[in-house]
Amino acid sequence: MKELEYPFDSGFLLKKKKSLRKQLLASDKPFIEKKVAILGGVTTEDITLMLELFLLNHGIKPTFYQSEYNKYWEDVMFDNPELKAFQPDIVYICTSWRNIISFPDIADTPAEVTAKFSSELERFTALWDKLFAEYHCTIIQNNFEFPTFRVLGNKDATDIHGRVNFLTRLNLAFAEYAESSQNFFIYDLNYASALYGLEQWSDPFYWYMYKYATAVPAIPTHAFGVANIIKAILGKNKKGFVLDLDNTLWGGIVGDDGVENLELGQETATAEAFTEFQHYLKDHAKIGILLNVNSKNDEQNALAGLRHEDGVLRPEDFISIKANWEPKSHNFAAIASELNLGADSLVFVDDNPAERAIINQDLPDVATPEISEPYNYINTIDHSGFFEVTNLSSDDLKKQAMYKENAARAKLQSSFSSYDDYLKSLEMTATIAQFIPMYHSRIAQLTNKSNQFNLTTKRYTQAEIEAVAADQHYLTLYGKLEDKFGDNGVVTVVIGRQDKEALHLDLWIMSCRVLKRDMEFATMDALVHECQALGITKIYGYYYPTAKNGMVKDFYPTLGFKQAKQDEAGNTTYEFAIPPKYVNQNKFIKVKEYNK
Amino acid sequence: MSKKLTRAEVFQALDEVFQDVFDDDSIHVTDTTTAEDIEDWDSLEHINLVVAIENRFDMKFNMAEVTSMKNVGEMVDAIVERSNE
Repeated sequence: MKELEYPFDSGFLLKKKKSLRKQLLASDKPFIEKKVAILGGVTTEDITLMLELFLLNHGIKPTFYQSEYNKYWEDVMFDNPELKAFQPDIVYICTSWRNIISFPDIADTPAEVTAKFSSELERFTALWDKLFAEYHCTIIQNNFEFPTFRVLGNKDATDIHGRVNFLTRLNLAFAEYAESSQNFFIYDLNYASALYGLEQWSDPFYWYMYKYATAVPAIPTHAFGVANIIKAILGKNKKGFVLDLDNTLWGGIVGDDGVENLELGQETATAEAFTEFQHYLKDHAKIGILLNVNSKNDEQNALAGLRHEDGVLRPEDFISIKANWEPKSHNFAAIASELNLGADSLVFVDDNPAERAIINQDLPDVATPEISEPYNYINTIDHSGFFEVTNLSSDDLKKQAMYKENAARAKLQSSFSSYDDYLKSLEMTATIAQFIPMYHSRIAQLTNKSNQFNLTTKRYTQAEIEAVAADQHYLTLYGKLEDKFGDNGVVTVVIGRQDKEALHLDLWIMSCRVLKRDMEFATMDALVHECQALGITKIYGYYYPTAKNGMVKDFYPTLGFKQAKQDEAGNTTYEFAIPPKYVNQNKFIKVKEYNK
Repeated sequence: MSKKLTRAEVFQALDEVFQDVFDDDSIHVTDTTTAEDIEDWDSLEHINLVVAIENRFDMKFNMAEVTSMKNVGEMVDAIVERSNE
């Protein structure tokens, strides 16, 4: 819903939240359901209501638990049957500098200040530790905004008695905790309030009147930031850019003006803005965001522009370059399909409102930020939170290379007349084994972003993956696939629940990037061997149809399963009786782990 | 604001704000309407109502006004008063 995309109209959202909520809930798209506990040191009602709107817009349907006002600590540290019964997936601890119990006094000795600092920090770390131990949940904690007044003036920042100094150091300590924990994320309230304007963000009227530390008009911005973290954790980030060229990546029109006359480099103010934008995009490529070009240009002109001597981006920074005279919506769809991604995973960046309107019309789920003037491109895109980083996996850092390897594979495939010969030539080796902690984050990520090759579309947070891995009733498998072009990383995940001699497959997913490589057969072989070791004789597979997973409708029968049950909605149960002499089905992959 | 608003103008605009905030097109407010008369009008929704009214009339109530308004009539008086400033 455009109304909920940056830059949203906060007054409109606050006023219309009831009717917006109804509209969002009426969507026929499937929602991921999550239980979110909001534990507040401040009033949190409107933050919760706004958070609900933004999450629904991301396809996430939350149910909420809210602490009483300022009971965030007690709710966790003392016996709490209500929260226990709620079993939150995600906890957001919404606090403010107003919740600091004891700030330094000007008369305090350095030792006394240190004691106060430790006491505040330990109050929070005890809370987080207890939450992890008791609820195995994901925690989002905001750091502290600065107060709008400073008794010591500028010295408040430098003197250990100053509140600004005290809060700055607490924020750094929170950051350290975040960097050493797996399922802990900081909502950078300090940054958000600064960006918004601290004086407006912390308008004391709302604190004295209602105990809102975030002024009501700023609450949509606050909730938007928290929602971005949640959608990122649940794998709903965007994955790439589809970029126009002329007047988007440089000033001017390369075909008319010629490469030498493009505005790029440090010569003019506009040229500087475009150059910094190219830097900004290149930095995204480094964290695994895929760059693509969709431009109305002759290809040779487009490439010449991308080779501009003052340019930052080079042709090899892009996965797919479509420079032609086709409608942009055609190119966009082609790029998405080349990357094996849904169109809604890609952000369209084009200075021309008419082109954006056409994409909006033909591909309504695509984000088309209104980037306005060149000097605003970066801010508009940045504040939209498309690529909120929560876990930077090593896979993300290698993504660009992986997509390049895929292109090389496609080229090789076309040189073989038989597909089997092609598979043989790939020299594939796989590791298939039970979950290990090193891959928990990648596994959780996969469960949330796989839509097509996904039999049950069950989503897991990282905390849930850890819980399943530790539970002896569950049989878990992840699979990694390497070939002569490179390492595809973790590409398949299976979770089965053992009930005596039966195994029920709660989840079977595979990344589309390894489709038709025999990986599913290798995984089946490993699964059967694991089952045999556990005395399991029958495997039950489940297929729950969604709008996106039609490609695996007949997946279980191809593995040798028999259909057992099917309801009107097409939900199907399959069973596989493990024969005494099971013959491995995979023919092309050398498997390292389960039979070592 | 340049021109003093009439009470009738304010009432008309307020109807719209109330209808939006409570998502109920059947609401029409009068001088004597209070929180008792509208089901969802609790203290938390009151905040949103105040913010929506402030946005609509491009003004800001002070704390005393927000705490002392007993009914919609007093709200209208405060808005008319402000529109003359």
